[in-house]
Amino acid sequence: MQLTTLMLIPLVGAIAVFLLPAAKETLAKQVALAVSIVTAIDAIRLALSLDNSSGAIQFVEKHEWIPAFGISWSLGIDGIAGLLIAMATILVPLIIVAGWWDAENSGRGTVKGFFALILALEVCMIGVFAATDLFLFYVFFEVMLLPVYFLIGRFGGAQRSYAAMKFLLYSLVGGLFMLASLIGLYVVSARTLGQGTFDFVTLTGLHMDAGTQKTLFLGFFFAFAVKAPMVPFHTWLPDAAAEATPGTSTLLVGVLDKVGTFGMIRYLLPIFPDASHYYAPIIIVLACISIFYGALLAIGQTDMMRLIAFSSVSHFGFIVLGIFVFSSQGLAGSSFYMINHGFSTGALFLVVGYLASRRGSKKISDFGGVSKVAPVLAGVLLISGLSSLALPGMSSFVSEFLVLIGTFSENRVAANIATVGIVLAAFYILWMYQRVATGEPSEEVNSTVSEINKRELVAIVPILAAIIALGIFPQAALKYINPAVSDLQKYVSVVDPTPAFGALTEGIGS
Amino acid sequence: MTAALIGLPLFGATVLLLGGRRTNAWGHYFAVAMSASSFFVGVATFMSMLGRSAEDRTIETHLFDWIAVGSFQVPFGLQIDQLSIAFVLLITGVGTLIHIYSIGYMAHDENRRKFFAYLNLFVAAMLLLVLANNYFLLYVGWEGVGLASYLLISFWQHKPSAAVAGKKAFVVNRVGDVGLSLAVMLMFVTFGTVTFSGVSAAAGNGDATSLKLIGFALLLAACGKSAQFPLQSWLLDAMEGPTPVSALIHAATMVTAGVYLIVRAHAIFDLSETARTAVVVIGAITLLLGAFIGTAKDDIKKGLAGSTMSQIGYMILAAGLGPVGYVFAIFHLLTHGMFKAGLFLGAGSVMHGVNDDVNMRHYGALRGAMKITYVTFGLGFLAIIGIPPFAGFWSKDEIIKVAFEQNTLVGLCTLVGAGVTAFYMTRMMTMTFFGEARWEKDVHPHESPSTMTIPMIILAVGSAFGGLLLLFVGDIEAWLEPVTGFATSTEAGGMAWLMPTTLLVIAAGVAYAWNTYGRRPVPVVAPAEVSLLTRAARNDAYGDAINEAIFMRPGLHLTRALVWFDTKGIDGFIGGFAALIGGLSARGRKLQNGYARSYALTMLGGAALIAFVLYLVRL
Repeated sequence: MQLTTLMLIPLVGAIAVFLLPAAKETLAKQVALAVSIVTAIDAIRLALSLDNSSGAIQFVEKHEWIPAFGISWSLGIDGIAGLLIAMATILVPLIIVAGWWDAENSGRGTVKGFFALILALEVCMIGVFAATDLFLFYVFFEVMLLPVYFLIGRFGGAQRSYAAMKFLLYSLVGGLFMLASLIGLYVVSARTLGQGTFDFVTLTGLHMDAGTQKTLFLGFFFAFAVKAPMVPFHTWLPDAAAEATPGTSTLLVGVLDKVGTFGMIRYLLPIFPDASHYYAPIIIVLACISIFYGALLAIGQTDMMRLIAFSSVSHFGFIVLGIFVFSSQGLAGSSFYMINHGFSTGALFLVVGYLASRRGSKKISDFGGVSKVAPVLAGVLLISGLSSLALPGMSSFVSEFLVLIGTFSENRVAANIATVGIVLAAFYILWMYQRVATGEPSEEVNSTVSEINKRELVAIVPILAAIIALGIFPQAALKYINPAVSDLQKYVSVVDPTPAFGALTEGIGS
Repeated sequence: MTAALIGLPLFGATVLLLGGRRTNAWGHYFAVAMSASSFFVGVATFMSMLGRSAEDRTIETHLFDWIAVGSFQVPFGLQIDQLSIAFVLLITGVGTLIHIYSIGYMAHDENRRKFFAYLNLFVAAMLLLVLANNYFLLYVGWEGVGLASYLLISFWQHKPSAAVAGKKAFVVNRVGDVGLSLAVMLMFVTFGTVTFSGVSAAAGNGDATSLKLIGFALLLAACGKSAQFPLQSWLLDAMEGPTPVSALIHAATMVTAGVYLIVRAHAIFDLSETARTAVVVIGAITLLLGAFIGTAKDDIKKGLAGSTMSQIGYMILAAGLGPVGYVFAIFHLLTHGMFKAGLFLGAGSVMHGVNDDVNMRHYGALRGAMKITYVTFGLGFLAIIGIPPFAGFWSKDEIIKVAFEQNTLVGLCTLVGAGVTAFYMTRMMTMTFFGEARWEKDVHPHESPSTMTIPMIILAVGSAFGGLLLLFVGDIEAWLEPVTGFATSTEAGGMAWLMPTTLLVIAAGVAYAWNTYGRRPVPVVAPAEVSLLTRAARNDAYGDAINEAIFMRPGLHLTRALVWFDTKGIDGFIGGFAALIGGLSARGRKLQNGYARSYALTMLGGAALIAFVLYLVRL
């Protein structure tokens, strides 16, 4: 019941906030913040109490829901899901603090509605990572769209309606393809096992022929590729991220998009191992394209939020690449990358949000000289940016390099191409920083851009601290990821290659 | 002990950065204290090493398991041996002197605290670079110094030129970092380990192709960090940073990291002649290119920057010669660290005295007003051009000798380089301290405060006697031999003609420069009617123009085209498709309102899809 309880906390919170009188705006915020903090603490406690000697799904709970179709309310987490839930729930109270005044300043919704929606979204985020029944996963996958739709459509920028609708349509179309495959999978399981099921663990034992796998794989993959987002299914993301409030963008890109890559790791590899191998070469090509395309587009952006969105397209390319090379470093690197990207993109969205709220613009050209008028704010922007460009010493460096080294041992060409991506990342981040923070401040910057305040610092410092702490002690997370990864490798029947000319007997430290 | 070396300056940087304005009053002293403490720890470590036998001098410290995924096992481990202690003493010794110098140099800068925080950060990162016991942890220091370099080059970031130069340094270095990444990956797939000891032990098992590729990748990394051809362009722009930064990072320590990397990976280069040849070629090209650029610069710092490229070219070349050269590469690195830091501090002192003007055409006859600067700079000058018994003579002479033993053409390159060095340094010396005074009336040249002159004096003493000390008292060849290996050439002693010849070439360079700049008046405005060669040298041999034409402009066009393609192409296609559906659904809209049409249509599409899939799996 631990995971259900974890979901009940924000659910009850969301209802409570929603039922508050509309005038009690501050109380709504306070309740939402308190609830999200409790949720985060509980999620961290759960993640830390995972048994890291096993890759199995833990904290399992199962209640029949629609027995006629073999659907059950079943939850459970492995190290990867546990850490993603922890990351997501840590971000929620921080974006609440960062977006304390966002509801008043934008859109047409009520304040309590804004915070109730965030908590409702949190329920779905936990559910989507914790579900171990594919139908339940699908339900959360779809239901999750609604709070985001309203968060963007009601509390966004000028183009919010367009962006929200675009986001919804893309996701729905992807979801329908998944639904089709899901039903197909159910049918196959019914034929093979005598009784249809959506249970994840049972389905991993389903021995489908390669042809069926290849067909069903595509439906899931399309839904996940839109979510992730991979080129060419990415065009909804820059619009959505640019129009949403910074906190919503953080959850959207930092957490929700991970459902795509998480889905690939959790469902595609174990359930469709043959198809995964079959499609891997083409997916690797798509991933490399995403890395370059996203980075080049990021260089060409004039809007900071869109720049971050495109940088994420590039980062998601790395994540997908690491998954489909199947090596332990690739898989662990991608899993760890999902956590780190949540933090580093979150930090970037928040700090750019701070800048935009002061200047009233997200356009790069409206800034310049910020480091002179607000040195701490500029410093926070730089540190967040350095995390995005994977500076050694920060967590993103470890995950990015794990992906690269995991790719190199399996596919040298892809690794060589992806490695060049690190040069482009340095360029788009530092060029943005140069145009925003250096030089002499203009009249407008001088009069509008004030130094970062305490509330804003409280929201962003924990993220930066996590980035650095996980960069120095990545094992704190990797030790939970590693057992899950070795189970994944068993599903896809992959063993890491042995070094060509090494003396492998030596261990660590020798 | 080893961890404290890094920890002290890191602590200093953290306190100053997080402490903010509260630490303004005492921040610089605190940073000096942290750097100096690290130096004393280094000296103590060195003393204890002296007390042990040669085989017993390496100390490994395993702090914790950093990364362990599958067989990729990387310890957070430090290693101090004869090679790294030499760097530790150079980094913390010269580093502390430059910290002290900066107290005076940056006295009037409102961000002095931040400057010292970055200096401490640099020292910590540089120490991590040379103390890591594996290539992957080295990477952290490697980019850490790049970050410090970025922050310090663009320290005066209200100046757009400084901000651009900092970014350029970081991005060009990232190109080199691609090489380091690839090297680490190649080592892992080839040997299954990335520790120094593991790679060295397994190198003998490696095949020729892998060794060659690892060597090339390491060379690419070295080219980025050490400003070697073709990644040299950032170093001249890096002179935008405050002069103490140029002295510490862009002369004495960080830019020599490439030499360290190659010498540290000698097990790879020992076994691959192809990789070594590539290293020698790059070193030879850069030593001539840098010297060539140095001949035409009127900006004193850029002249010195060209010289740094050139001198590191010597080191890289020596490292590429293999076991006969490693020791001398490091020897020259150490002497260069002293005299070049001294020269830069001297240049800073001159600038301090003439209202921060860097143009040597506005100098002249400064020896009267700035006696200490004149003498200390002069000692650095004698050291760099290689006049016996000053420091550069010993180290450079060894490199020239070894180069001639290996290959006459390479030897000739080093010899010509020595002549050109003598020319551009004499030019700099005379334009600055001799001839007629060419400064404006409102400039009142004066000697710098003692916080600045004392470090200059100490470095000048090092420039004078450092070479003798390292060679004859320190016996650097024997000291480094357990780490780098050392082979004397078979023809040792057979080239008695070489040293007199070298001295003659140097004398010719000095004489030519004196004749051109010492005996005739120097025009205050640089002559426009100059040869093509001079023009090329003034423009850094067109390095920037080439980068601009090959990478920057096509890259910019590509990104613009892609942005257009993304909005008009991909998004336009899908948008058009949506409009089509919208148009179709508009006909059936009488019963429906708002967005429901989209739901309905997608649901319809979904249902059709389900039917299709069900058909496929043959329900």
